Amino acid sequence: MPSEYTQETIARLYRSLYFIRRFEERVAAIYPSDAIKSPVHLSIGQEFISVAVCDILRADDVVSGTYRGHAAYLAKGGDPKAMMAEMYGKATGCSAGRGGSMHLIDANANVMGASAVVGTTIPIAAGYALAMKRRKTDRIVAAFFGDGASEEGCFYETLNFAALHKLPILFVCENNFYAIHEPQSKRWATDRFCERVATFGIETRRITSGDLFELRDAVAGMVEKLRRGEGPALIECHAYRWREHVGPNEDFDQGYRPRAEAERWMEMDQVPHLAAMLPEAERAAIEAEAEAAIDAAVAFAEQSPFPEAEELYRHVFA
Amino acid sequence: MSSPNGAAPAGATRQLRYVDALAEAVAQEMQRDEDVFVFGLDVDDHRAIQGSTRGLLERFGPERVFTTPLSEDAMTGVAIGAAMAGMRPIHVHIRMDFLLLCMNQLINMAAKAHYMYGGAVKVPMVARSMIGKSWGQGAQHSQGLHSMFMHVPGLKVVAPSNAYDAKGCMIAAIRDDNPVIFMEHRLLYPTEAPVPEAPYTVEFGRARRMLEGGDITVVGVSNMAIECLRAAELLREVDVGVDLIDPITLVPLDIDTIVDSVARTRRLLVVDNSWINCGASAEIASQVSERLGGSGPLLVRRMGFAPTTCPTTPALERHFYPNPSTIAEAAYAMARPGGAAWSPDPEHARLAYQAQFKGPF
Repeated sequence: MPSEYTQETIARLYRSLYFIRRFEERVAAIYPSDAIKSPVHLSIGQEFISVAVCDILRADDVVSGTYRGHAAYLAKGGDPKAMMAEMYGKATGCSAGRGGSMHLIDANANVMGASAVVGTTIPIAAGYALAMKRRKTDRIVAAFFGDGASEEGCFYETLNFAALHKLPILFVCENNFYAIHEPQSKRWATDRFCERVATFGIETRRITSGDLFELRDAVAGMVEKLRRGEGPALIECHAYRWREHVGPNEDFDQGYRPRAEAERWMEMDQVPHLAAMLPEAERAAIEAEAEAAIDAAVAFAEQSPFPEAEELYRHVFA
Repeated sequence: MSSPNGAAPAGATRQLRYVDALAEAVAQEMQRDEDVFVFGLDVDDHRAIQGSTRGLLERFGPERVFTTPLSEDAMTGVAIGAAMAGMRPIHVHIRMDFLLLCMNQLINMAAKAHYMYGGAVKVPMVARSMIGKSWGQGAQHSQGLHSMFMHVPGLKVVAPSNAYDAKGCMIAAIRDDNPVIFMEHRLLYPTEAPVPEAPYTVEFGRARRMLEGGDITVVGVSNMAIECLRAAELLREVDVGVDLIDPITLVPLDIDTIVDSVARTRRLLVVDNSWINCGASAEIASQVSERLGGSGPLLVRRMGFAPTTCPTTPALERHFYPNPSTIAEAAYAMARPGGAAWSPDPEHARLAYQAQFKGPF
């Protein structure tokens, strides 16, 4: 950890990181009860990326997540109660029971709606960035996506357009090496991803350490330039998905990836790493606060009503 | 110029071409609302999308009128994102066929976002595109793909057939808080109608009765509304009165006006500017059948593109589209069953081609 990190900053980062980890572990624990009526793509193991990036963003910056977007939603300040209620299919959900886990949104926290169709939100994030530039603000957009999404044509179309128009957008590639169950070696001709992107005149950084602080420092430098109107930047951040592609469980018994591959990442887990940097009392207080907030979110979801039948026809048109 | 409704009303507004009506509508809305912008390949070049974006660059500058890379998929996403962020983009495609490159964004995001996110966002965007016809437009420059968009909840689909509706629908589309598929037709571009200078809207979901007649209800979509007008002129020679309806907007569809007419005539001919199979004509015919079937005799027929790909040679292409003669023949056979078959005089059919709709609006 770089020495300039204050205890206050570490506490803030840990608060977010711990909350997301425990929130998703609770989701996984509830899942077998069928109370959650939505496929869940857990980000467990990858949360540090959302936490590091969103810690640099301002409240008025916009985040665009993916169907594996619980971490980005929560790290940006999305309402956990509305998120849990959404997964329960309740009327009080952040998408009023119409979106589920894959279509989380919180307009108040500037969390854009997520999509189940891989890559689809990348150009939409650029559209937000275009609007910000047109309105001459210094707000920026952070667009999260996976390595699979980087294979979609619209990704390259968006890179070109964003660079051409110097849009204030930070592309964040969460490279976890698998698209569903297919390894990168079967999908990529080369792994020189940042080199490909750099040909558009976009500044790139590749972070392979899994270290939250290294990532946060890189993001901070890029965001500063983005706010000055210097055009888009991209970070490729290596990470590993600990659970199955969709669902609450581990899947190392399925044979498509060895547990040994995950263990390296589990050893680098940022949750205990940051916990160890804090005084015991402060750590315990943060954790107790998180557990209480998660309990409150679950209680809110359980107690909220399902939408009435007439709701089916609402919101087809604005 | 012949016009079935006679001259334009006295003291009437100036005549304007469809293409100029489109440009005027956009310019007036850009003037009114800073958030409106126009983008798409070639919108800012010297040809200005056959003139329909003429003058916008000079007046509003390159920040609000700009070309794009040939990246229809991502550019549609950019339009959606900008719209969600509060702007009002108009994304222009010189042919409707290119909308197929935008389908993921239009169907999976634009149509669904307001619903899927529980009303948290709106997508006030217009996707403008033009259908081509003749002079070798062929397989990929002539398609009317409106039924694909009609199929999906959340998109509005607009197909004005004349200059008056072109301006009023464009202004309404820009002000609408939903994604609007705005379908133009190349052959309508030079047609004129009285068009008021001041901004006005044509309300979505209200069909226009272009002609009143008691023998048969004819519904014409997009350019086919004008072809039906010409067919009606031919049918007048044999005393067949046509109740001609232009739906103007396909979503929302004013089925009530069509049903009211068919309830009187008991005969419905739908002429679409596209294929028949699973098309707008199928939707209109089945909705009318559901409403009126069983309440008396009902005769329904549909016409549209031949069930082939559009060929380029005129020798084949002229058999691909319905035309005033084939429409008139079909309508006559329905209105006068049991009588001798009738075909319009070819010379009269040629003259009918000069007919343009000039109101009343």
